[in-house]
Amino acid sequence: MDEIDKQIINALQDGFPICDAPYQQAAAQLGLSEQDLISRLKALLDNGALTRFGPLYNAEQMGGALTLAAVKAPIDRFDEVTEIINGFPEVAHNYARNHELNMWFVIATQQTPEQIQQTINAIERLTSLTVYNMPKKKEYFVNLKLEA
Amino acid sequence: MIDSRDRQLLEHIQLGLPVCSRPYLEIGRLCDMPETEVIERLTRLKQQGLIKRMGVIVKHRQLGYRANAMIVWNVPDNLVKQLGGHISRFSFVTLCYQRPRQPEWPYNLYCMIHGKDKATVLNQLEQIVEACGLSSFDKEILFSSRCFKQRGALYQNTALADG
Repeated sequence: MDEIDKQIINALQDGFPICDAPYQQAAAQLGLSEQDLISRLKALLDNGALTRFGPLYNAEQMGGALTLAAVKAPIDRFDEVTEIINGFPEVAHNYARNHELNMWFVIATQQTPEQIQQTINAIERLTSLTVYNMPKKKEYFVNLKLEA
Repeated sequence: MIDSRDRQLLEHIQLGLPVCSRPYLEIGRLCDMPETEVIERLTRLKQQGLIKRMGVIVKHRQLGYRANAMIVWNVPDNLVKQLGGHISRFSFVTLCYQRPRQPEWPYNLYCMIHGKDKATVLNQLEQIVEACGLSSFDKEILFSSRCFKQRGALYQNTALADG
């Protein structure tokens, strides 16, 4: 990844035009040709430096629901618990964290909030662990940009 | 409100925009929609906030952001809003939420910092604590050690039937 790639990533995190020739417009702002931008973006996507190029949806407005949950997984059962929890298609992210509450995951559903509770109940049943459920009460706006 | 044509469109672009000269024309072909209609609908969906953002979605780790800390605070309920608003203004804070306290887990304000290394993150946290006057409140810092699973929430056709 060179300096131009980094500029592309930084600039396109701020948004991408919705118009008939958006790459041309974005390229002009970066001082690149349209073809140059397109081939660089393709390369970044192909080599995995970029995960995705497109929309980020507001899950709740889409009619879905999500929550942050955590469990205290005993060390000797850690892999087993990981496998159970990751086996749920509703689990979108799962991170190990350095705390007694050592497994933190996001449950996202496209349907009703009740589906979240059902998933939590099922995880509790299968793992015999208590699931801490911490849905957001309020979200504070943040700048989502990461400097490349 | 969104209609079935919007849903169809959202489903077609969820995995990414085509990387070609006329991406919205291309999507229109897939959805049987003229390019102008694709542009109008996406512009409106963006204004409505249903599309939070259009553009590059990055993987933190691949940009060298290897340290990821979730910091949780126990702050008085009447200060949550003000402190949340203040914390979220730091450029390195990637998420900031108020969440309900739990039994044995008294924390009600959460923020996430993604940094290139642990020392940088701790230093940034120190800046927040000082600037927001948080030093007297209980907090915990939870660094992630492993990421087991990461995917965007998928928007599936089954859920779209006449919602």
